[in-house]
Amino acid sequence: MNSSILSLLIFIPVFGALSMLIVSVLSNKEIIPKQNKDIYKYIALITTGIQLLLAIILYMKFDPTLSVIESPFTVQLDWIPSFNIQYYIGVDGLSMPMIILAALLSFLCILISWNVEKHVLGYFSLFLLLDAGMMGVFMSLDFFLFYVFWEVMLLPMYFLIGMWGGPQRHYAAIKFFLYTLFGSVFMLLGMLALYFYAPGGNSFNLIHLITQAPQIDASLWGFDMRLLIWFALFIGFAIKVPVFPFHTWLPLAHVEAPTAISVILAGVLLKMGTYGFLRISYPLLPEEAASFSFMMALLGVINIIWGALNAIAQIDLKKMIAYSSVSHMGYVLLGMSGIVGGEAVGAEAGMNGAVMQMFNHGTITAMLFTLVGVLYDQAHHRWIVYPMDYKDPELAGKLGFGGLASKMPIFNGFIVLAFFAGLGLPALSGFISEAMCFIGGFGSFRVLTMIGTLGILFNAIYFLRAYQKVFQGPFNEKYSDLKDMSMRDLGIIIPLAFLTLLFGVYPQPLLEIVRHSMTKIILLVQPYI
Amino acid sequence: MDFNLILALSFLFIPISLFVYQLFFGHLLKHDTWYVSIVGIGFNLSVALTFFYRVFFNHPDDVFLHESFNWLTTGNFNLDLGIFIDNIAAIMLLVVSLVSFLVHLYSSEYMRGDSRFSRYYAFLGLFTFSMNGIVLADSITMIYIFWELVGLSSYLIIGFWFEKNSAASASKKAFLTNRVGDIGMFIGIMMIYFVGETHSFNLADIIEKVKTTEIDSTYLTIAGILIFMGAVGKSAQLPLHIWLPDAMAGPTPASAMIHAATMVAAGVYLTLRIFPILTFDALTYIAFTGACTALFASIIAITQNDIKKVLAYSTVSQLGYMVLAVGVGSYMAAFFHLVTHAMFKACLFLASGSVIHSMHHSLHELHDHDTDPQDMRNMGGLKNKMPITYLGMLITTLAIAGVPFFSGFVSKDAILAGTLAHYFDHGGFTIFFPIAGFGAATITAFYMFRLIFLTFHGKPKNEDIYKHLHESPKVMTVPLIVLSALSLGLFYTGSLNPLSDGSHGWFTKAVGNGHNYVIKLDSHHNESHADTHDIHHGEAHGYDNHHTPSSDYSFTEHVSHAAHAAHYTAMYLSLTVAGLGILLSFLFYQVNKLNPDSFARFFNMFKLYDLSKNKFYIDEIYSNILYKPFMFWSSIFSKIDWDYYDQTFIDSIGKITLFTSEKSTKVDYNWLDQKVVDGFGNLANYMSLKMKKLQGGVVQSYILGGLVAIILITLIVQQI
Amino acid sequence: MDNLQIYLLLSSLLFSLGIYAVISRQNAVAILMGIELVLNSANINFIAFNRFTSTLNHLDGHIFAIFVIVLAAAEAAVALAIIINLFKNIGSVNVDDASELKG
Repeated sequence: MNSSILSLLIFIPVFGALSMLIVSVLSNKEIIPKQNKDIYKYIALITTGIQLLLAIILYMKFDPTLSVIESPFTVQLDWIPSFNIQYYIGVDGLSMPMIILAALLSFLCILISWNVEKHVLGYFSLFLLLDAGMMGVFMSLDFFLFYVFWEVMLLPMYFLIGMWGGPQRHYAAIKFFLYTLFGSVFMLLGMLALYFYAPGGNSFNLIHLITQAPQIDASLWGFDMRLLIWFALFIGFAIKVPVFPFHTWLPLAHVEAPTAISVILAGVLLKMGTYGFLRISYPLLPEEAASFSFMMALLGVINIIWGALNAIAQIDLKKMIAYSSVSHMGYVLLGMSGIVGGEAVGAEAGMNGAVMQMFNHGTITAMLFTLVGVLYDQAHHRWIVYPMDYKDPELAGKLGFGGLASKMPIFNGFIVLAFFAGLGLPALSGFISEAMCFIGGFGSFRVLTMIGTLGILFNAIYFLRAYQKVFQGPFNEKYSDLKDMSMRDLGIIIPLAFLTLLFGVYPQPLLEIVRHSMTKIILLVQPYI
Repeated sequence: MDFNLILALSFLFIPISLFVYQLFFGHLLKHDTWYVSIVGIGFNLSVALTFFYRVFFNHPDDVFLHESFNWLTTGNFNLDLGIFIDNIAAIMLLVVSLVSFLVHLYSSEYMRGDSRFSRYYAFLGLFTFSMNGIVLADSITMIYIFWELVGLSSYLIIGFWFEKNSAASASKKAFLTNRVGDIGMFIGIMMIYFVGETHSFNLADIIEKVKTTEIDSTYLTIAGILIFMGAVGKSAQLPLHIWLPDAMAGPTPASAMIHAATMVAAGVYLTLRIFPILTFDALTYIAFTGACTALFASIIAITQNDIKKVLAYSTVSQLGYMVLAVGVGSYMAAFFHLVTHAMFKACLFLASGSVIHSMHHSLHELHDHDTDPQDMRNMGGLKNKMPITYLGMLITTLAIAGVPFFSGFVSKDAILAGTLAHYFDHGGFTIFFPIAGFGAATITAFYMFRLIFLTFHGKPKNEDIYKHLHESPKVMTVPLIVLSALSLGLFYTGSLNPLSDGSHGWFTKAVGNGHNYVIKLDSHHNESHADTHDIHHGEAHGYDNHHTPSSDYSFTEHVSHAAHAAHYTAMYLSLTVAGLGILLSFLFYQVNKLNPDSFARFFNMFKLYDLSKNKFYIDEIYSNILYKPFMFWSSIFSKIDWDYYDQTFIDSIGKITLFTSEKSTKVDYNWLDQKVVDGFGNLANYMSLKMKKLQGGVVQSYILGGLVAIILITLIVQQI
Repeated sequence: MDNLQIYLLLSSLLFSLGIYAVISRQNAVAILMGIELVLNSANINFIAFNRFTSTLNHLDGHIFAIFVIVLAAAEAAVALAIIINLFKNIGSVNVDDASELKG
């Protein structure tokens, strides 16, 4: 049982997609009675539900002190022996929260997407494929397998954005796809370089490479090979995070994607970039990780400030939240840079804060996008303030909404929770992770972190402005028939809100999962600071 | 589990449970839901009283209770939460609980009929929870956590009537201004954490660390000032005072509690808690902030017409006093003023609420929705209609103006004595502190009595409104009575002497003079301690900023002795200035011997009146120097990021790619494919056309050819 | 000239005659006859070499000659079958008429 949980987690969604196809074929050929389109939604729901259940069982059996080699869940089978590629999957403290996050958000996203009308089969089967890809990425311990699953995620995203998205969906889908693929190419180069240059035989095995990769001693065109590998991997992961100069695909993709896809994109897919850093770049190339920390901190601070500044200027709610994601991922980078802090407390605070921020931001941003989606579904626009060149000149420049809090008290309550979680209010999970990232960053780079703390203010500015413009003030009569949240909406938001409150008040469970793995990574990098 | 710990935890658990209950279930009981809240807070109050009782028997350094538990740990990095109660905390708990209780009581009438009545009580509960958290905290991160939660409560309360744009904007302004301060506080916390060997956020540990290890004094100064920035935000000091007057958009009783008595005092409380690690330079900066604020805000208060705005600016000014007291080292005076101010300011706000409530009802009956019920120019002669309110307000005004027999006199006097002593010790520019202190005292007396005269005395400005006014219900007046009683000096000094400085009272004994482990006196002062009533006038004494660990921490004792010695001077001066202020006010507003308008015009020759009326245009300045440029730059950055960087630059990469691919298509098709690759085919075609002719169709010629070839080959091979 | 050389002369004469017949005759059957001549000249060669250069115990040449006779017979049968088919298709046994593969 233990050894198959992980594989089940990856392949159950695939089976789900397949069964949907089978049902569709059978139904068209009239072998089984003609099915309503809803059957696909239920299949997807059950599939992700089973996946979530498995993830919870995994969590309960999980012992965070074991490394992947000792863990009973690890599976290592030969896949393509002639190239030394293995089906090597495992779970440790770093991937466990990501797996839970992915499973939870996948399940919730099926609920969010319940109202999809056109091409239902395509949507849900693609989504399940995406789900399988995500799971695979977080569990892979063989670089080739990791790359395969990484690419598996791309194609469904392209279709999901490009077919079910907003007005500019084609442009957004293509841009997202090409940009990420561009990064993946670099990652492929890095992967191959590791394969060929690591001493001890050609291997994609990440665990094996931890001991072998630091010994790579080659050079190419005058550059140290390890440094080149680091940069190649960096570009690949940085585009996903997204790190400052490579971030512009994010607002577009988020705005044009349907609500559920935005949730999964911001909640899980962004974390893959930093996961890649922590899983691959840091353990395999610790010397480069240490020497690059300053750039990491600098980029993190730039992310924080630039993302927040941009968010302030936005008039589309979703775009604002997209830029806020850029800003929040900056915290993760800043925390990760704390690994070179001279004292263990800084390094531990930073690294643990970074992983916690990955999880917490996933839940918080999922809440934010879901809530905006609830509003958009009813009002069919997301403007905080109509743009000056809006097609209806009467509305240009006017407030998009106004005073909604008086009409939708429950929605208002959750929005307040989500916004304040986003700006890092204590007693909500965002604060702990942010604070720890800052403390970690401060332990290594004082001045940069001090600049980064401006993020505390800037993040509050746009959230509160948006809240005031949309929810406070006199009630905008145009929306007098807006309904408050439905049971389905509540069912989606309440688990997320619960997690936000839980980890805000009692973060230790999350920390327990993560900290042993982080200690190991810190120990790997310590000799080189 | 220790029974004391359970009682202490009840300060946190009861209010937060009230919050949850009122938020989700409060609507069930409709108006009666307030009984639930008052019972809870009442319980807290009784526990606070039991703690308070022990204060009488405790030495200032005694700790009632200190328990902590590990909240989160990553191995080496630990964050602990804990409860720490000493005399100061116990007194603060009582203040908070008492004011909260009275406000709960008062609000039942004031907020009667409001559609969100239960939510109001929920927010009051949330606030009490957060404030208690700050008071009970034993580590600086715990203070920060509850600090932000107090900010949240403030945000929710100020924006309670969020349909009004003014309230919504004010709540946002409050939160954001506090956040600016919080940035400094957070950086300061991190700085304190990282210095030295032990890494701890616990206040006791930090103080111990500073006491025993040598820390660079510049570093400590910066850290101290940064943490103080949090107090600047929360306690509305210059330059972050702008949110407090706007916060008056919230319900008055909540204003009384949050923005007068307790939350704003949290900043001062924090500064008192970190007092042991503040360097002399940090203290000087703090004193400056306090002095400027005290003076500045009082000048603005002179010209305000809205009764709540006057009180708001007066709060800012009094907070400035407290901060000033900390800055000159008078730990005891600062806390003293904090407590007395809580009592009389709460009373003043509640009384003004009573007046506004009455005005509101009167206007409602007249169906007048345009006149401002809060504008003093619409009032006048209220003392006959609302005697209890008048009495409460009068007593507390006398207190705030610093008239003997009342608590404000004692506490303010202690502060002023401290500033004088500080000046006598250091001379030079520190004369600004007593000047600011005494100046603000005069002005305070002036504008507070202006408020009394305009509102309660004289002839009513509007007879119609006046006719319908009546005293507020008992639920609203009883708190006034209680608070005014607590504004009498003898409660704190323990003596009937109205001019006493309370140095032998229970308060002074309980609070003590605090400790400072950073500032070391030079040896000259150590000798002079034998004679406690001696002051060396005019001599400038330097303080040694490079502190070395030593057991001779008598800075605070020295300050208290000096203040005590300066007491009489200060007292005479303060009596004079208070009297002057009251007299001027009397002349202007009561007997109208001096015309305020002509004086206003006179001062306006120097634009002073306008400056005061318009709050020195600080909000406008901030708007033009900070907000507008910030928003402008934010939109510029957004434009750069989106229109230039993404659309032009990144997309241009796409455009270049497309262009390149078109060109390469042409090359690929027209040249590579058509000419080169097909060329091979064409060549083969040509060759085959030519070779075709060899096939004659006659088999025998093939055989002949083959034979000849064989013969030839054989011959050739033979030759070889 | 010893006995062997006389036989070799005879076989080369027959060979040339046969080749000349194959190259120059128009009639397909005549070409066949030429081929038979060639084959038989090879037979004479085999037997002559066997008789004059190896002991009487090794009769390889004779056996080969017998093989060739059999194969010649079989091949003649097949070739005649082809000629009959050719006649059916083009109405003549003249090889000059079978020139459809002319380039």
